[in-house]
Amino acid sequence: MSQQPYVFQTVASRPPPRPVGGLLPWIQRNLLDGWTNVLITLLVLTLLALAVPPMVQWGLLNAVFGPDNAACRAAAAATNTGACWGVVAEKYRLIFFGRYPYEQQWRPMVACALMIGAIAASCYRPFWRGWLIGLWALVLGAFFVLMMGGRFGLVPVETSRWGGFPLTVMLSTVSLLIAFPLAILVALGRQSKMAGIRTICVLYVELIRGVPLISVLFMASFMLPLFMPQGSTIDVLVRVLIGMTLFTAAYLAEVVRGGLQALPKGQIEAAQSLGLGYWQTTFKVVLPQALRLVVPATMNTFIGAFKDTSLVTIVSLYDLTGALQLALGDADWRKFFFEGQLFVAAIYFVFCYAMSRYSLWIERHLNTGTRRQ
Amino acid sequence: MKLSKLSTLAAAAAALVTLTATPAHAGKTIDAIKARGQVICGVNPSLPGFAAADSQGNWTGFDVDICKAVSATVLSDATKVKWTPLNASQRFAALQAGEIDVLSRNTTWTLTRDASLGLNFTGVTYYDGQGFMVTKKSKITSAKQLKGATVCVQSGTTTEKNLADYSKAMKLNMKPVVFETQEATNKAYFTGRCQVYTTDASGLASVRNKEATNPADHLILPDLISKEPLGPSVRRGDDEWFAIVKWVVFALIEAEEYGITQANVDQMKSSSTDPVVQRILGTSEDTGKLLGLDKEWAYRAIKAVGNYGEMFERNLGPNSTLKLPRGANNLWSKGGLIYAPPVR
Amino acid sequence: MKPARPAPPKKRDWSWRSQALRSVLYQVVALALVFSAGYYLLGNTLDNMRLRGIKSGFDFITQPAGFGIGESIIPFDSAESYGKAFAVGLSNTLRVAVVGIVLATLLGTLIGIGRLSRNVLLRSLCGAYVEFFRNVPLLLQLFIWYFILTETLPTIEEALRPLPGVFFSKNGLQFPIPVWTDSHVFTLAGLALGLLGVWWWGRQSRQHFEVTGRSRPVWLPGLLLLIGLGLLGWLAGGSPVALDIPEKSELNVVGGGSVTPEYMTVLVGLTIYTAAYIAEIVRGGIQAVPFGQHEASAALGLSRGKEVRLVLLPQALRVIIPPVTSQFLNLTKNSSLAVAVGYPDLVSISTTSLNQTGRAVECIAIIMACYLTLSLLTSWFMNAYNRRSLLKER
Repeated sequence: MSQQPYVFQTVASRPPPRPVGGLLPWIQRNLLDGWTNVLITLLVLTLLALAVPPMVQWGLLNAVFGPDNAACRAAAAATNTGACWGVVAEKYRLIFFGRYPYEQQWRPMVACALMIGAIAASCYRPFWRGWLIGLWALVLGAFFVLMMGGRFGLVPVETSRWGGFPLTVMLSTVSLLIAFPLAILVALGRQSKMAGIRTICVLYVELIRGVPLISVLFMASFMLPLFMPQGSTIDVLVRVLIGMTLFTAAYLAEVVRGGLQALPKGQIEAAQSLGLGYWQTTFKVVLPQALRLVVPATMNTFIGAFKDTSLVTIVSLYDLTGALQLALGDADWRKFFFEGQLFVAAIYFVFCYAMSRYSLWIERHLNTGTRRQ
Repeated sequence: MKLSKLSTLAAAAAALVTLTATPAHAGKTIDAIKARGQVICGVNPSLPGFAAADSQGNWTGFDVDICKAVSATVLSDATKVKWTPLNASQRFAALQAGEIDVLSRNTTWTLTRDASLGLNFTGVTYYDGQGFMVTKKSKITSAKQLKGATVCVQSGTTTEKNLADYSKAMKLNMKPVVFETQEATNKAYFTGRCQVYTTDASGLASVRNKEATNPADHLILPDLISKEPLGPSVRRGDDEWFAIVKWVVFALIEAEEYGITQANVDQMKSSSTDPVVQRILGTSEDTGKLLGLDKEWAYRAIKAVGNYGEMFERNLGPNSTLKLPRGANNLWSKGGLIYAPPVR
Repeated sequence: MKPARPAPPKKRDWSWRSQALRSVLYQVVALALVFSAGYYLLGNTLDNMRLRGIKSGFDFITQPAGFGIGESIIPFDSAESYGKAFAVGLSNTLRVAVVGIVLATLLGTLIGIGRLSRNVLLRSLCGAYVEFFRNVPLLLQLFIWYFILTETLPTIEEALRPLPGVFFSKNGLQFPIPVWTDSHVFTLAGLALGLLGVWWWGRQSRQHFEVTGRSRPVWLPGLLLLIGLGLLGWLAGGSPVALDIPEKSELNVVGGGSVTPEYMTVLVGLTIYTAAYIAEIVRGGIQAVPFGQHEASAALGLSRGKEVRLVLLPQALRVIIPPVTSQFLNLTKNSSLAVAVGYPDLVSISTTSLNQTGRAVECIAIIMACYLTLSLLTSWFMNAYNRRSLLKER
């Protein structure tokens, strides 16, 4: 018996679902969803209402922006106190460049700009070619020549006068550049099957990670001169650099080790079956994958290294934090230390926040192969 | 990267580090100075009256003048000095390591420092004592009223020890708040965290002038609780250099005793008939030969900075902002303690 | 039949090109380099110290220190030894580290959970907190807190008196503390019994829950038990009420317990800074719990609070504990920054001793040894806790 062929019957289309978008439904969902939420919203709103208008009044409306000491004092003494951003306008050169000679301050400015340019160029993925190393060598050379002087007709300026922002940038960049390859070697050594090398690497990492950075800096500045043979001296800056590099390398080594451990063993076995030697496997198969896995932790360490340069204040090198202390030893402006500190905190915040955003971006960018969606 | 590239990179790095290690000649400091063409002098980063730099980088002060005199004597030019600012914790390490030739940084001469730090003090240039500074509002007039007070001190100085000794002896139970840097200590006192600030009396005057919003609001108490003889020091092991620095200071003191000033030194050199003056300025005998210098060594020192009295008055005395009295720092013939062995 | 194949060549036992030899060679070379470098540096150090007449050795530990220490829980006099001074410094470090770890964990957990709240205002506020305090260096934060505390608080003459016997001024917070008499032993015994009682009650109610499925209240009875037994102990000891109340003397306030602005700065600064990191770790941990757990608790009708407390946090602990351990270690090590604001911790006292005795190598070695020991103890303790929270797999 033949059946009737099934004829597709269309069903009357239903009306489209009501949009849940729009401001009011969003507010209802996010702020007023249940009694606890209403309570929290009210609490936070009261907090903001109490805190924000006075801050805006103090920071913007009643504030003094020009380098006028008398106006600043008046604003501070008035009943509606205002911030004195004039302290920044007055002392910004001392904060940014420390004790560098006044007329020569264009040199650290250019040197900083070059360094930041090189960092920005290194962030851009299409630039990750061999010539980047050449660029870095050039920029570092130019930086030191500009800051030290003595060549090309530039007035020599000794390292004890370097300070402020160039010092921060130089310390963090140079120590990271040296610490990164060192960390990779130490992490590889820690994974090694050779007990001797493994012990050395373990001892180094555990010893350095167990002590605070201050003690490493003290050790570098007090004890390194004793380590040198009789009759030679090392510059104070080089000592601090060595201390910071060793410290950062220990932390980076642990991060890289995490990446090495997360790599499936099959990768190494496959490389060996292809006949690749140890160093070929490491540089062509293991490291690219391992480093990609630990990008967030690596960037975290980079940000940490940038912030840790503030500790050199304690060994009397006047980086950005230290230069602020120096700038505000002036009796007239000491009252407005808070505004100066907020300004320096804002500088650090801008750079660290930019680095953490970049970290998120590069992580997404590099993991296109492994992302699930 | 191939292994060969890595090894070349490592070799380059090692070479770079050794390049930054500048060799300083061991042993003979005077030879090193002459080869370098500069005297490296360790000074206080900022203590107006003793050592301070203006924004152009020109240094002035009492300790600075001593280094200028040494440079004038040894290198015939008072400007050939490399100034190295050092804080209290770094100063001895820098001298021991050979980074500086002479430490002229208001440093107290004590047994521990003379015997165990590898340095030698060349003499006393300023007889000081440790004192206290309070605000006039606190109505304290004597150190004995400081029972239970909080005191700001800087780490790395003899101040801490003296404070503890005095507090114990007088049963005052003072509470120290210790900071690592000079700036932090000053700031803590002037914001009112501590009621008392303590350091050498000359340092108190300098800090009050430099950092107080109104210097008249602060009182330096008259009690001096310790002896603080300040003087320059050099590294142990080089007797020649030790003798030179020592005798430059003695020459300046002798100059004041015999009335030689910066203004009249040329005229005295050419026309004085006093045999002592002639010996000092090198017109009769050559005393410099015994020190390894030429006969005009003292003449150059006096010409560069004047005699001891002029140095004092210009930096610390009535012609300066500190206006400290000569007090114990006057010549022995005028009732003070400044006495130099004769230049002969 | 196949012809017999020729025997394979005999394997040599030893080859100069074998990996075993190469590995031995590399290790020998590496160790030789390290040892010769160490020997060279040590030789230089000893030479330099001898030439410059710098004394060395740990004999200074028994010498009288000669300096006073501004605050400590162990009483210290300037005539006591350097060794005692180091012990006081260590106690100061522990004082700020232990309290800091507890407070930072609490604050960090709350903020981490707040970051995942449904309320957008709370989410943004917690997010802003984390971003701000993570991206500013700790030293700068300490300076800012110290400035706020010392500038805005009044001087000791015009101290704030919120409660009788409590003084809040630039010199810190002074408050009454009970005077220790021997009868306080009973109070302590009562409190100890109370703690035991709380633990026993917790066990009992858990067993009851597993048998019957009904839960008993734990917090309120536990608290009452603790307070009640403590009170009984106090009464048994004769109810000592002596209090050491701070009083104004001519210059200062003497008596009572005190907390200096330096301590408050270091504690507040460290807590807020580390809490920001712990918040991110807690958030990551909770987000690492599989989403199915959230759906299951929703299906069971658990409120958000119960869900976080009973389902998400315990499972998140596995992921949270290792990074939080390193944050605890960081907090302990960051307490060394106290030297910049004048708090007499281990590094500060060691620097003072270094300057007074000139024994740089010995003093720095003591600092490093103490911090290494603290780090090892903390990570050992946290690793034990971690093992308990791991997945119990077959």
